[in-house]
Amino acid sequence: MVFGKLFSGLRKTREKLASGLSRLFGRGRKLDADFLEELEEVLYTSDLGPTGSKIVAELEQAWKKREIAETTEVPAFLRKALLARLEGCEGSLVKAPTGTTVILVVGVNGSGKTTSIAKLARRLQSEGHKVLVGAGDTFRAAAVEQLSLWAERLGIDIIKQGTGADPAAVAFDACAAARSRGIDYLILDTAGRLHTQKNLMDELAKVVRVVKKQIPDAPHETLQVLDGTTGQNAIRQAEEFGKVAGVTGLILAKMDGTAKGGAVFGIREKVDVPVKFIGVGESIDDLEPFAAEPFVDAILKFEGQETASA
Amino acid sequence: MFDSLSSALSNAYRSIVGNKVLTEANVEEGIRSVRQALLEADVHFKVAKEFVADVKERALGQEVLKSVDPGQQFVKVFHDELTELLGGEKVGLPVATDNRPLILMMAGLQGAGKTTTCAKLALWLRKTRKKNPLLVAADLQRPAAVDQLQTLGNQLGLAVHAEGTQGRPPEICRRGIELAQRNRHDVVILDTAGRLHVDEPLMVELAEVQQICQPHGVLLVCDSMLGQDAVNSAREFDSRLPITGVILTKTDGDARGGAALSVKKVTGKPILFVGTGEKPDEFEEFDPPRMAGRILDMGDVVSLVEKAEAVIDEKQAEREAKKLLKGKFDFEDFLRQMNMIRKLGPMKKVLGMLPGMGQALKGVDLDDNRFKRVEAMIQSMTVDERRRPDIIDVQRRRRIARGSGNQLQAVHDLVKQFKMMQKMMSKLGKGGLEGLAGAGMPDPASLAGGPGGGLPGGMPGLPGMPGGRGAGRGGGNQAFRDFMRKRKK
Repeated sequence: MVFGKLFSGLRKTREKLASGLSRLFGRGRKLDADFLEELEEVLYTSDLGPTGSKIVAELEQAWKKREIAETTEVPAFLRKALLARLEGCEGSLVKAPTGTTVILVVGVNGSGKTTSIAKLARRLQSEGHKVLVGAGDTFRAAAVEQLSLWAERLGIDIIKQGTGADPAAVAFDACAAARSRGIDYLILDTAGRLHTQKNLMDELAKVVRVVKKQIPDAPHETLQVLDGTTGQNAIRQAEEFGKVAGVTGLILAKMDGTAKGGAVFGIREKVDVPVKFIGVGESIDDLEPFAAEPFVDAILKFEGQETASA
Repeated sequence: MFDSLSSALSNAYRSIVGNKVLTEANVEEGIRSVRQALLEADVHFKVAKEFVADVKERALGQEVLKSVDPGQQFVKVFHDELTELLGGEKVGLPVATDNRPLILMMAGLQGAGKTTTCAKLALWLRKTRKKNPLLVAADLQRPAAVDQLQTLGNQLGLAVHAEGTQGRPPEICRRGIELAQRNRHDVVILDTAGRLHVDEPLMVELAEVQQICQPHGVLLVCDSMLGQDAVNSAREFDSRLPITGVILTKTDGDARGGAALSVKKVTGKPILFVGTGEKPDEFEEFDPPRMAGRILDMGDVVSLVEKAEAVIDEKQAEREAKKLLKGKFDFEDFLRQMNMIRKLGPMKKVLGMLPGMGQALKGVDLDDNRFKRVEAMIQSMTVDERRRPDIIDVQRRRRIARGSGNQLQAVHDLVKQFKMMQKMMSKLGKGGLEGLAGAGMPDPASLAGGPGGGLPGGMPGLPGMPGGRGAGRGGGNQAFRDFMRKRKK
């Protein structure tokens, strides 16, 4: 099953959350103010942030209007509310009508860009595409070596210069190489940067400009890698990178731990950008297209209905 | 970091402080917004709940209600509780009590910043503690992690023990320690692979490194952007190792850092260091009372003064200050002072340490290049013009603008600002430091605006500052003053 990995990856998540939710939805629990407060807290632990409060407020409204009376009706309500917020959140990779599709990968330090690139390259390669990667993280020590090792393992080409080189120059070379070699997908790595570092964000804007000069409608995709364990700051990251680099999709990385990735909901309130992939493990194959339903279900633990031992 | 937490919290507590009389109702109101601010800052909900309960209990207790000024007393309570949440007093690194070098082991999730932190910590130990550290590359999981540590070691002139990517991390670490003993290194820092706390084999391996090497300290490297899950992973690492303390990374972003703060509360392990930027020397010891002050926007004058003392000649500063207060202040003094302030570091960081400025500076983009432009303008003046700014008429201004490659407007702005400053300073000289409140702080908006315009007012005699009162706004700041008094002891 396609979502098997996601489910097993999120199992821990579910178990953790289940103890909270199942306690709430346990038999005989009345829907009252205490219940709502506890529910809000449980939602906070999944990094839903203020979105959690809003959903609880909606629930309270519905309760007061007597549309909902029992705690047993709450899970369905939550599921609906969460899914509604993820509407339009799924999306597949864009493909250039002709020639090379350029994918620029951006994100803050340590979010998992290089690993996600390797996984994405692997995915595209296994679909039969010709893939090239550009080692645009010329800042961090040995980042070029890290991507080179991945390229070697996957048997794909890499365009690189030394550490300290101008990342825009690497991007330029990579685009030129991709065109002349008839590459289907060029994936460009960039150095991690905090969205508050103005000069580094300017540098990113320059990379985008240089890419456009080589291939006018590129980058066709600018994917921002978000660490799934990040809290509410993820929203600021998405806003800032969106502004500077024109992000077209998100990759939610490191979703195989106990983190819930709930920040996605907060992001959706601010930026209209889909989540395209989700990283669910350490192995090279652990990158899956994002799907809203299993994501929400995994968070709320509705599939399976395993024993709810608190 | 902590900026937006600071704005939310200070709004909340100001709403309380503004009231002369504290009642259960208005405390309740303010407390609720504090709770919301904490939750939105990723503070773990249980921690937020406890914090709020503690503050409320103390705020409604006798010490506040019976005091002369309940508002200010509340600030003090709040500052105390926040300091407590952040870890109380400053805690240092452990010391080696056996005959071995001090062995420190890093642990953490992927991408937390362990390898970079290894290098930063080593550099810090060498600079401030005169140590001779050895780094051990035991991250064999991430491709090129070993290369990364070696490269950093080369760049910074730090010794690195690496055995390639084969072998087992516990053994590599053991051999690294042996090597350190032979080569008389007095500190060993073990870099380990990032791992998820639910990854059983890797967690077992980590525990094995700990068993074999018996490090004096295990440092959990924590990303300050972490969300609610931070406490789960920290708890798990702690139960396996246990950890000695926490290093917070990437605090130069705008994350509110609440999750990391919760780690302290939940595990009881102190935050020892914070990473404050991309450069290897952007690394500081963590000081809870100071951080609490920063969060409440009381500024961090202590840090500022320490910095100032390091770069500014006190006697010269005093002479300058006297001259300044007499209103005898010309463009030459202006330039000298400006350069003195520039030595303190980027303007935004410096100004952010002043009480009340943190919030005012939010979203303001301070361009340090502006200093260079001002310098160029002053250098395009004749000596006479610099000493007697009054003679600078439009003709001269035009020349200065051309000479320094600026717009005429920029020169206008500079002269205008200079005159305002002169006036302010002489007023200050007459009225004492109290006159500074309200007038003394440069308006950050004007700092950011206009082409050449905007310069921070000189900060004369900085080293002498701790005795004075900060330009507190809104009815003074008892806790801040108490805090300063305490620091002075």
